[in-house]
Amino acid sequence: MFTAPEIDYLALLPLIVVFAGGLIGCLLEGFLKRSVRVSAQLWLTIGTLVIALVTLVWVARDNQGITAAGAVTIDGPTLMLQGLLLVLSILGVLVMSERLGGTTPDAFTQSGVSVPGSAEEADAVRLGGTTTEIYPLALLAVGGMMLFPAANDLLLMFIALEVLSLPLYILSGLARRRRLLSQEAALKYFLLGAFSSAFFLFGAVLLYGFAGSMRLDVIAEAIGTETGLDGLLIPGILLVATGLLFKIGAVPFHSWTPDVYQGAPTPVTGFMAACTKVAAFGAMLRVFYVGVEAARLDWQPILAAVAAITMVIGAVVSIVQTDIKRILAYSSIAHAGFILTGLLALEQVGASSTMFYLAAYGFMTVPAFALVALVRSAGSEATHVNQWAGLSRRAPWMAAAFSFLLLAFAGIPLTSGFTGKFAVFAAAIANDYAWLAVIGVLASAVTAYIYFKLIVLLYFGESRTDTVVVTPSALTTFAVVCGVLVTLGLGVAPAPVLDLAANAAQFLR
Amino acid sequence: MSVLETSVGVALADPSAVTAVEATGTSALAWLVIALPLLGAALLLVGGRVTDTFGPLLATALSWGSFVLGALIVVQLYGRAAEDRSMSVQLWDWVSAGELSVHAGLLVDPLSMAFVLLITFVGSLIHVYSLGYMANDPDKRRFFAYLNLFVAAMLILVLADSYLVLFVGWEGVGLASYLLIGFWNHNPAYASAANKAFVVNRIGDFALIIAMAYMLATFGALDFATVHGSAGSATQTTLTIIGLLLLAGACGKSAQFPLQSWLGDAMAGPTPVSALIHAATMVTAGVYLVARSQAIYDLTPDARLAVAVVGAITLLYGAIVGCAKDDIKKALAASTMSQIGYMMLAVGLGPIGYIYAIFHLITHGFFKAGMFLGAGSVMHAMNDRVDMRRFGALSREVKITWITFGAGWLAIIGFPFTAGWFSKDHIIESAFSAPGWQGWVFGLVALLGAGITAFYMSRLFFMTFHGKARWEDDIHPHESPLTMTIPMMVLAVGSLVLGAVLYPTGLLSGWLEPVFGHAEGHESLLPLIAIQVSVFVLMVLGVGLAWLRYGRDEVPQVAPEASFATRAARQDLFQDEFNEQFLRRPGAALVVGLETADKDVVDNAMVGGTSRGLASLANVVRQAQNGFVRSYALTMLAGIVAILGAVWVIQ
Repeated sequence: MFTAPEIDYLALLPLIVVFAGGLIGCLLEGFLKRSVRVSAQLWLTIGTLVIALVTLVWVARDNQGITAAGAVTIDGPTLMLQGLLLVLSILGVLVMSERLGGTTPDAFTQSGVSVPGSAEEADAVRLGGTTTEIYPLALLAVGGMMLFPAANDLLLMFIALEVLSLPLYILSGLARRRRLLSQEAALKYFLLGAFSSAFFLFGAVLLYGFAGSMRLDVIAEAIGTETGLDGLLIPGILLVATGLLFKIGAVPFHSWTPDVYQGAPTPVTGFMAACTKVAAFGAMLRVFYVGVEAARLDWQPILAAVAAITMVIGAVVSIVQTDIKRILAYSSIAHAGFILTGLLALEQVGASSTMFYLAAYGFMTVPAFALVALVRSAGSEATHVNQWAGLSRRAPWMAAAFSFLLLAFAGIPLTSGFTGKFAVFAAAIANDYAWLAVIGVLASAVTAYIYFKLIVLLYFGESRTDTVVVTPSALTTFAVVCGVLVTLGLGVAPAPVLDLAANAAQFLR
Repeated sequence: MSVLETSVGVALADPSAVTAVEATGTSALAWLVIALPLLGAALLLVGGRVTDTFGPLLATALSWGSFVLGALIVVQLYGRAAEDRSMSVQLWDWVSAGELSVHAGLLVDPLSMAFVLLITFVGSLIHVYSLGYMANDPDKRRFFAYLNLFVAAMLILVLADSYLVLFVGWEGVGLASYLLIGFWNHNPAYASAANKAFVVNRIGDFALIIAMAYMLATFGALDFATVHGSAGSATQTTLTIIGLLLLAGACGKSAQFPLQSWLGDAMAGPTPVSALIHAATMVTAGVYLVARSQAIYDLTPDARLAVAVVGAITLLYGAIVGCAKDDIKKALAASTMSQIGYMMLAVGLGPIGYIYAIFHLITHGFFKAGMFLGAGSVMHAMNDRVDMRRFGALSREVKITWITFGAGWLAIIGFPFTAGWFSKDHIIESAFSAPGWQGWVFGLVALLGAGITAFYMSRLFFMTFHGKARWEDDIHPHESPLTMTIPMMVLAVGSLVLGAVLYPTGLLSGWLEPVFGHAEGHESLLPLIAIQVSVFVLMVLGVGLAWLRYGRDEVPQVAPEASFATRAARQDLFQDEFNEQFLRRPGAALVVGLETADKDVVDNAMVGGTSRGLASLANVVRQAQNGFVRSYALTMLAGIVAILGAVWVIQ
């Protein structure tokens, strides 16, 4: 007989708000006139995210617990990461909405379904088509991302994974310019995402075979009591890990990252890079800290090797890149390695340093991609590094902000990058992974090379007249200023956020 | 001759045990002594042309104000018991980092106040003199601003209660000295003289910084009370190293061997500057530093010996160079070097010499400043010419200058009962009472130096004021205005009577005793009377020889060809050549070598090699990033197989 599970709606209120907002957005798509859709959707999306954030802070925080038949856990890490996701999403959506004086979001095609260069596309442009579906898509992706670290059940986690991934696949293919590259990126992302999802499911099934349940707490209990089923347990853990490592872009599951980051509309890249990492690392924290921590001797060495090779490959390959977006993509791979180093430390310090690093990384990535989108040449985004030479003379503020963010990526003191790296490496050293910290520091030094080369190019390169920096509206400006200030703040006075992360690092089991 | 007895009144057992009490009354205003001239410098520099008219007078008044306040503090101290004359003025927390905490504070004690009186009195007189000397200079205001800045910095130096605050003053006087040597920097030679002084001083300053670092590492503090109080707990080696480093700092500031090369060139500055900074006050800062650090030097005979040796070398060095110089200011500069050598020798002798070093420092401040001002007056009369071979027979034309200069001359050659006689003879006697071989060496050097001093100073005096007039045709010598001659008269009186006022009365020794304590020297190697007679005989010989060659005989108007020794002395015993050959050239070669190494080894081989290696590795890895989704999927699959394979192998 089926009994309806108890659901703590107050704990899930932020999630409900976001999903409801996404669905209302779908309705608006159908019923609103094209002329008002852009601003209505923008207000709805931002409003939804802000309300979700408010309910998170005022309601969900006081209703922590495991709910929905043990499938969802609302605890410290969940709330911290959900809050972070909401704030980063607000910045990301603001950047996506940049119209640059036009009537539609500048980065997105006016007709996603038409063949690039076809008569249909020309008609859509002539008639003023808009792609306002990006707003509900973004909201649904955010909902999936928020559910991802909260999932206490591998099946729910898989659903969250798909909910967050599918909108991102579509968003990746909606670039206004270089549409073929964008569509290729979307298809690659989709195919490889499906491939990795299969591994995740296979792992989940193996763990079900081992524990008789997909709930993480049951699996954790089974590891202590079951014996002789290691043949199911360890491959299961590693296959589930594969699905998650794919999402964060860890080597050897990183191949999609440069191509997709380059092809996707630049604001989407920033949103995706920041928020997907937060969500996927949140899910990893839950799987490894709550579910399979007792088997750590089996998975820790493998994950350490992955972290090491991720940092090395991400750092080394970045230095031969000539495209800004690909440089940032490899940088994101290297950062995934750094965060993994913190995650491996386990215990409270591992979780808190991981969450702090995610916050630091998110607030530097969204503005960095927002700035990339402003550099234009012949109407198209100028992403080749040579096109950026000497930009500081024509766009001093843009160059200064971007250089500052690069310093943060490199982990220079007085930026959040330094504090974050310090936190994860300190956690790793305290838990017998000093060698990993050494590799991390060396990899940081290598990445610093490409960042400084970029800064030198920005300030001392031969200035080119065909590259211009367009003036952004208040939306992008606000997001960039926020990101830069947070990056500076977390570097100068990180204590409040470090304390917040430390207090939030207690998992409910 | 009881006045020459080396014994002084009641002694304190251990001078380092004197602890400063919180300042009260006038002493609490000690900061104002520094603030007045500092305010003057700020007003004149910031005020700009507005202050052109009254600026110089204001600066002079503020300097006198400092002197009056200093005198009042001395009066207050004098009214207290001898062991209570050390007072501290706490100003603010200056450096507070981790375990290190340095308060900015002042130490008002007999030693620092003796310097305050000397600096403010001579300094104020020279301010007055400059009113006349610089009357027609368009940049007069800037000159007075720098003078005030110098006085303030020098006062910080001597009133500091820690090495760090002392260092502020130390650098401040260095800056003022640099600015004033190069005051007429439109002349490139003068500007490079300023640079030379600055660079040579940096060497000494750096040694002082290292000394402070060493103290910090050893004692954990930089204030005099802690460092000196706990000096006994440090090892002998540590104390010797600190002592030698402080000595190196002192050598730079006081133009002592081997860092003496800058002083001669520093005469490029206006003459009042030479009188104040490069004769009376700043160059004696090294002596002050060693005397102030007596608690360290008392415990390390090796470092003290080094001080004495440096002093002995320099006193002879300066004396020899002084014999050959034809430029009146450079001859005086060489003599300054030599006289400071005497002071260094005295402080190097330890407790028996401290008081005489300070005594000679004070009398020297008067007679040398007086003679420099006299030289300035002569230059004033002779259209700024400095070549003594074109002087002569000026005694009739500039009578006041002649008489006041004569007073200084009598004092420096040690004519009996002048100020210099009291102070220098005591140093010579103390040198003879040093233990063992040191007594003979230092005693004889000091004695010989006295003879040479008499010769070269008399040479200078006779060449300038006596003999035949060798002036160029268009020169009509005239006496200087009163603003210039009055300070010269005051200093001349000091040169004659200051010794008799300060010493036989026990005034100075009684005053300084709480700081330096009282020490009986070893038995002198020679009877006192024998030393005094020898000094007198040598002095008469030196003066006589000078009279024969430069007073009676004709002086050639162009320096004649001379022996190697004379040529060497004319060129400062080849010090610049030595520095060029053995320091600057190897230094330059080292820089070139390092630059090449940096470019070839560090940049090209190491950095370049690493980045080339990484780039080629990256190019290999990049091959996998071919854009085909099928090969990406294969990579992922290979990764999973590798991971599972690894686990399987481990299991």
